[in-house]
Amino acid sequence: MMQETMFIDPQRCIGCRSCVAACRECGTHKGYSMIFVDYLDRAETTATMPTICMHCNEPTCAQVCPADAIKQTEDGVVLSALKPRCLDCRNCVNACPFGVPKYNSAMHLQMKCDMCYDRTSEGLKPMCASVCPTGALTFGKYQDVVPLRRTKPVNVHVFGNQKVETKVFLMLPTDEEAVDVDGCGVFEGRLGVDPSIHESWIDTQVEETDKGNEF
Amino acid sequence: MSKVEYLDNIIDRFGPHLHDEPDGGWLSDRVIDKVVDTHCPYCGMQCGLKLLVEQDKVVGLEPRYDFPVNEGRLCPKGVTAYLQTHHPDRLEYPLIKRKGVFERASWDEALDLVVSKLRGLQEEYGKDAVAVYSGSSLTTEKTYLVGKFARVALGTRYIDYNGRLCMASAAAGNNKAFGIDRAANPWSDIPFAEVLIIAGANCAETFPIINGFLWKQRDNGGVWIVIDPRETPTARQGDIHLQLRPGTDAAVTNGILNVLINEKLIDQAFIDSRTNDWEATREVALKYTPDVASQISGVPAEKIVQAGMVYGRAKTGMIMHARGIEHHSNGTENVLSYINIVLATGKIGAKGRGYGTITGQGNGQGGREHGQKADQLPGYRSMLNPEHRKYVAGVWGIDESELPEAGVSAVEMFSKMRDGEIRGLLSICSNMMVSLPDTNKVRESLEALDFNVCIDFFMSEAARYADVVLPGTTWAEDEGTTTSGEGRVIKINKAIKPPGEARRDWDMLQDIAHRLGRGKYFTFSSPEDIFDELRLASKGGKADYYGISYEKIERQNGVFWPCPSEESEGTPRLFEEKFAHDDGKARFHAIEYKGAAEQPDDKYPLVFTSGRIVHQYLSGNQTRRIGFLVQQCPEPFVEIHPETAMKYQINDGERIKVISRRGEGVFPALVVNTIRRDTIFIPYHWGEQLAANQITNAALDPTSKIPEFKACAARIEKIHSRELPILGKGRKGRSASEVQRGK
Ligand code: SF4
Ligand code: SF4
Ligand code: SF4
Repeated sequence: MMQETMFIDPQRCIGCRSCVAACRECGTHKGYSMIFVDYLDRAETTATMPTICMHCNEPTCAQVCPADAIKQTEDGVVLSALKPRCLDCRNCVNACPFGVPKYNSAMHLQMKCDMCYDRTSEGLKPMCASVCPTGALTFGKYQDVVPLRRTKPVNVHVFGNQKVETKVFLMLPTDEEAVDVDGCGVFEGRLGVDPSIHESWIDTQVEETDKGNEF
Repeated sequence: MSKVEYLDNIIDRFGPHLHDEPDGGWLSDRVIDKVVDTHCPYCGMQCGLKLLVEQDKVVGLEPRYDFPVNEGRLCPKGVTAYLQTHHPDRLEYPLIKRKGVFERASWDEALDLVVSKLRGLQEEYGKDAVAVYSGSSLTTEKTYLVGKFARVALGTRYIDYNGRLCMASAAAGNNKAFGIDRAANPWSDIPFAEVLIIAGANCAETFPIINGFLWKQRDNGGVWIVIDPRETPTARQGDIHLQLRPGTDAAVTNGILNVLINEKLIDQAFIDSRTNDWEATREVALKYTPDVASQISGVPAEKIVQAGMVYGRAKTGMIMHARGIEHHSNGTENVLSYINIVLATGKIGAKGRGYGTITGQGNGQGGREHGQKADQLPGYRSMLNPEHRKYVAGVWGIDESELPEAGVSAVEMFSKMRDGEIRGLLSICSNMMVSLPDTNKVRESLEALDFNVCIDFFMSEAARYADVVLPGTTWAEDEGTTTSGEGRVIKINKAIKPPGEARRDWDMLQDIAHRLGRGKYFTFSSPEDIFDELRLASKGGKADYYGISYEKIERQNGVFWPCPSEESEGTPRLFEEKFAHDDGKARFHAIEYKGAAEQPDDKYPLVFTSGRIVHQYLSGNQTRRIGFLVQQCPEPFVEIHPETAMKYQINDGERIKVISRRGEGVFPALVVNTIRRDTIFIPYHWGEQLAANQITNAALDPTSKIPEFKACAARIEKIHSRELPILGKGRKGRSASEVQRGK
């Protein structure tokens, strides 16, 4: 069983998108990147945030798949849809609370980060975590990584009434027990305001290159 | 005289075009024939990586976990570097410009033309009528050969290189203060420092892999003090950010020194035993109370006090800086003023106590050590020192009297072209039309030349002005050494053959030397052959490479110079016992704040500063052709504070005109809180009408002759165009050639 997992420390992310470039080099989805890096609000800060699959313990994407195309390995890695089974329905794309799976129109296939299963199952590190200059993405064992950090590993995410536990840990600077997505402040203060007014064109650029839900 | 008459034609033929996948596409069933351990060709980190080769083609990369500096980590330039190799824009045969159009030529024809033209100019106007301009992305072997070629084959005094635009101030400051020019500590010392001062260094974007060391230091409980006019990612992540007005570093450093003195946080025993000239420095610093420093720099006095207290009270600490403090008409003084803080607290010469500069160019360090600088000979020997001249002339087998005198620095060389004193130019691996300040003047210089030959592997903006372009090789097609920012000599390994008729640069230079009748001095059969002569030429010099061999580099994963003997393992940390001046002591320098050569006024009320972004490397000749990198940032932008934008009624994304006394350009506004109200910023990696260097000032530092890229006066104008950056309109980026043509 693979004991290692991914630790995401957004505080360290420098927005270099090395991870995005490296993910394209993975053996299983050559040329397509499964990771996204966003500016949080470029007008205010240079802060950026990488998004990979969180590898939910009970993956919503797999639960909503009518064709049972999305498999979870024994060690908790949620794989891309199996090509012969994928039905083009895109339920998974809409269901994932983290917005991770993307639909590849050319291949008629859902694709997502599979924690570089081709590499990690052979003892190598995932591409993105290998190259990440800062350790914003780190792959390793909990007992090896966590004692070295001054941040708190969190793998419980609260989306309204849904509580999602993940294999991947977010490293947070606070004493939070969980990431409360509804109340974390990211969306506060924006209600009633046209978001496009605040969004820098650089954010828009990233949206367009990284964030479409299709390849 | 060669103008660029058919720009569209040149761009259509030679790019920049975007290349974004390995040859043959992204296949998962490749049969890899060999995996080559090498290093990234770009910045001074020189990260290790592995190239995957299939049938003499580089088709991918794999992180290289065994190289201790990056342990697999790479920035996006490193990840995509392999895409340079089979790029459709690669120059694969020699080109001669006829009636404004580049035509294919044979090697014989091209080299005969080069030799007859250069010789003709030298016969008519004297040896110094021909200049050589080189680069620090070359391997150390090539930089050594270029220096020897200029002096022995051409016999000209005019040779300089683009390192003059990069670390010349750091080099000058280090030499003055320490007596040697090299980072004092290996990067691996960083995690052991309680406090780091990071000045004028946007490490996150210019030197990404050093962030691994910075965060280890942070994990150990360390603190970062970042001194920068912009809230860069590094500044944002830091603990204390001194957001100074560009060019006011000496006021801030004197302010910090003032705090250190008043709070008795200096190390008097260290000052007494290991340094000279403290008193004068102390007196100057006493004038710069935190309030005085604050008035000049715009940094709140409390923050200056805080920075002084935090650095002073810590037992260990390191200072690192980069171009932000060095690219000034008083860049050397800025460097010295930071070194004053290091010396006053004695924080040097031990693990976690030290000092280092952050190197922009891949071989910025090695490139400046072995004789391509106007006033230097191999091993950091001086052109002006008769002993040094004699030694190197001996190694080269010529009489000392045959060695030309010292020449002039880069920017000065280009003004000599405009004056008609320099009439022929051979440039190698340098894109002056993007990298030099005041590009409109640079264009005039190139157009004034009688003959211009350029060696490169892509048609750079500068190469477009050449009469002859000779196709060279990428880093994957040759071998050789480079010296990283920490002073570690590493080895670049060959993965594939050069494409088409492209030739290895050293081989080409030797061929020209032979045709010039100086062949007997250029009989090298391999880079290692050149390296062996370089070792000898550097023996006993400050940058002593004598004890380094290719085999030792391989075995030790790099060797830190000085390495004077075969038994020596090299010297990762300097100054543990003594400094490199004759008396073994370091020197303080009393530095008064002087400010930029051009200050804002009513007509040009803003301070303009320039710098880099993470997705491009220097002049962009290599990186503006890689699809992924261009997509991340297809064109330059101008960062402007919301309040300043409001004053001019400028919206985010709107195109605005930025104007200085030298030139102007139109750029989309990026309205951000992360810049000062009085400052605007543009990244400089683009050419022609997108060049930030149309605006910059070529004022030079008197010692290092570095230009003042980082501060000049400018104004902005709204141009009443409602056009938003193209990306905002739903397209996925433009090709670099579209960008180049302003489409
Ligand atoms: S590689 Fe690391 S630092 Fe760079 S964008 Fe990705 S997560 Fe952030
Ligand atoms: S773990 Fe692998 S597949 Fe997932 S984002 Fe990282 S590189 Fe891509
Ligand atoms: S550009 Fe510099 S930091 Fe980036 S991979 Fe290359 S050597 Fe490393």
